[in-house]
Amino acid sequence: MSTDLFRFTKSSKTLNAVLIIIPMVLLFIGVYGGLMQTLFRAGIIQSDPFVGGDYYKGLTFHGVLNAIVFTTFFAVAFGNALVPFALKKNLNSKVAWASGILMLVGSVLAAITILMGEATVLYTFYPPLKAHPLFYIGLTLLVVGSWVAFYNWVPMYLEWRKENKGKKTPLSVVGIFATFIIWFIATLAVAVEILFMLLPWSLGLVDEINVMLARTLFWFFGHPLVYFWLLPAYVMYYVFLPKMAGGKLYSDMAGRLVFMMFILFSIPVGTHHQYMDPAIGAQWKLLHGIFTFAVALPSLITAFTIAASLEHAGKNNGGKGLFGWMTKLPYFNKENWFFPYLILGLFIFIFGGIGGIINASYQMNTVIHNTAWVPGHFHLTVAGPVMLAFLGGSLYLIGQFMNKEIRLKSWAMISPYVYTIGLLIMSYGLKIGGLMGMPRRTNTGASYANPDSILYQADWMPYIDMTVIGGVLMFIGIVIYIVSFFTTVFSKSRSDEKDAMVTFPISESLHDEPATWLRNFKPYIIIAIILIVLSYTPVIYDVITTTYGGSLPFSPDSPVPLR
Amino acid sequence: MDKSEKFAFILSGLLLVVFFGAIMYAAVAKDIDVPTCITDMDPFERDTLFQTGPDTYELQMVARMWAFQPSTVRLPAGTTVDLYVTSQDIIHGFKIEEHNVNLMAIPGAINYLRVKFDKPGEYLFACHEFCGAAHHTMAGRFIIEEGLDEAETEEDV
Repeated sequence: MSTDLFRFTKSSKTLNAVLIIIPMVLLFIGVYGGLMQTLFRAGIIQSDPFVGGDYYKGLTFHGVLNAIVFTTFFAVAFGNALVPFALKKNLNSKVAWASGILMLVGSVLAAITILMGEATVLYTFYPPLKAHPLFYIGLTLLVVGSWVAFYNWVPMYLEWRKENKGKKTPLSVVGIFATFIIWFIATLAVAVEILFMLLPWSLGLVDEINVMLARTLFWFFGHPLVYFWLLPAYVMYYVFLPKMAGGKLYSDMAGRLVFMMFILFSIPVGTHHQYMDPAIGAQWKLLHGIFTFAVALPSLITAFTIAASLEHAGKNNGGKGLFGWMTKLPYFNKENWFFPYLILGLFIFIFGGIGGIINASYQMNTVIHNTAWVPGHFHLTVAGPVMLAFLGGSLYLIGQFMNKEIRLKSWAMISPYVYTIGLLIMSYGLKIGGLMGMPRRTNTGASYANPDSILYQADWMPYIDMTVIGGVLMFIGIVIYIVSFFTTVFSKSRSDEKDAMVTFPISESLHDEPATWLRNFKPYIIIAIILIVLSYTPVIYDVITTTYGGSLPFSPDSPVPLR
Repeated sequence: MDKSEKFAFILSGLLLVVFFGAIMYAAVAKDIDVPTCITDMDPFERDTLFQTGPDTYELQMVARMWAFQPSTVRLPAGTTVDLYVTSQDIIHGFKIEEHNVNLMAIPGAINYLRVKFDKPGEYLFACHEFCGAAHHTMAGRFIIEEGLDEAETEEDV
């Protein structure tokens, strides 16, 4: 049997298809919400024409469905696909289904409470704004489901190691495990926040909550969350992209080093989201800032390694000279429709990465914190490289797991271009608006962008209008994608024996070093835990000793507490 | 590891060291810092403004759904203000236009920064953390005037 083919069980193929299709529907509701955000902010609409409710309800389901639900499902489906494929071992499909069902039930509960207007707390759900208990329970089930998926892969990996002593773990498995090791450690904090603070308080079992403590636990989770989003995209860049471009991965060791560095530095950095918060010492904020710089390093290494791999591919394809290789990549080949999703994501991430370093730069954060710059930034990361890689990946996986030939390939190929143009326009508008002082998470259409309001800010208007133009283009890009996706889903399956096998474009490496010091996760996990304890003990101590009193729950509709 | 790879790694590291040096320079030489723990201040529920020196004031500001108290602050140009902020209900936040002030207002904690107003003008501060249905109407202004005799505050009702 060839190593680039693997036969999945029927049950795990069906599960993976479900884990792609249902979140795609939820994603589309969220994307619709995103389009509405831009219209609200420009004052074009005052209430949601289809779903009903105000800007903030829409903002909540846009954030939760797109950034939390869609991404978590994709990461799990991607792992369910690549771990068995790379290790040539089948999933325990009972455990895999249990994980999928937990995630589905949790997501649907969370989505329903939001759409009913019972959880207008945005995706950060900061107390003392209170959501319906089922919102917190739904999110918990989603997270627990993703843990179960990970536990399912661990024995497969351990068994593989026993059988393949001295061999390097496939890079894709290293990447997926790094993703879920970070996810598991980070979600422990949000599990504590939800189970011991938010849920009992929301149910009325306790009256008051420490807002700063809850917020600090949230950001313990909130920043590593972005690496949970980003790392599956990195796996595609390292493992798929060089081969799709027609070349090899420049350095296998760089890939392994990058994933291990993310395990080390992804988590002790969360306080850089709280630079402007009270009750945390400035010196500890600086420490988290230093670690944030450390976590920028693997991304800079990735920029070099992937660019070098693409140069190698471009030269293989006949590119000459210093820049000639850039013109020899398959940008507009519809048979290679997946390539644009990855190359455009890399291009967008140049701006996303620079913006991230600006945000992390300690006192420079004063200029941009909680302004429209911030959504401008994270649309260039999570809604850029991550979203595009996950969309491309979803279409590829659905083709593999449902035995389909991808339909409307030219639509699939052009969608990321339309989306990227829209994204760059929208993010530019948000970022410049933010530098002028425009707040994020604010229905500007009802005040700052309304000429009849005393708060009207005429100089913000061109940038608010840019977000509408960009947002509409992004929406069109997604619609083009969705048409190709569902046409593929509802097309006739291929039936020959060979097509029932699953395959992935796995790149070879140009430089392949033994790198024995990068073979084992354990030392990196231990150092990561030490760094977390060192960086978070003083922060939590400051929060507990400097805050006073507790907070009663509030609804977003009234300044009077709920009890 | 080949030569260009090693070079790229070293360059990346140096780049980050330079960025970090710039941050430290701003913090130490220019005294631009982020908020820290405030332990020498009792919790307050009402806003107050009082003069602490010839050109210095202390302002205690309270954020609540959906107004800042005070919402308008008139000050003479050249004034330095010790600004304390807290919240009476849920999380709020604000940034003063054209000044290095950006603070979260959080119930159960006091936030602090010092700010100097040199140039006369009106400086908006808009609530920048989601605080419920009328969040987008929550804003205020510092009005800085040349030769103003007495600082004063106004409140929205």
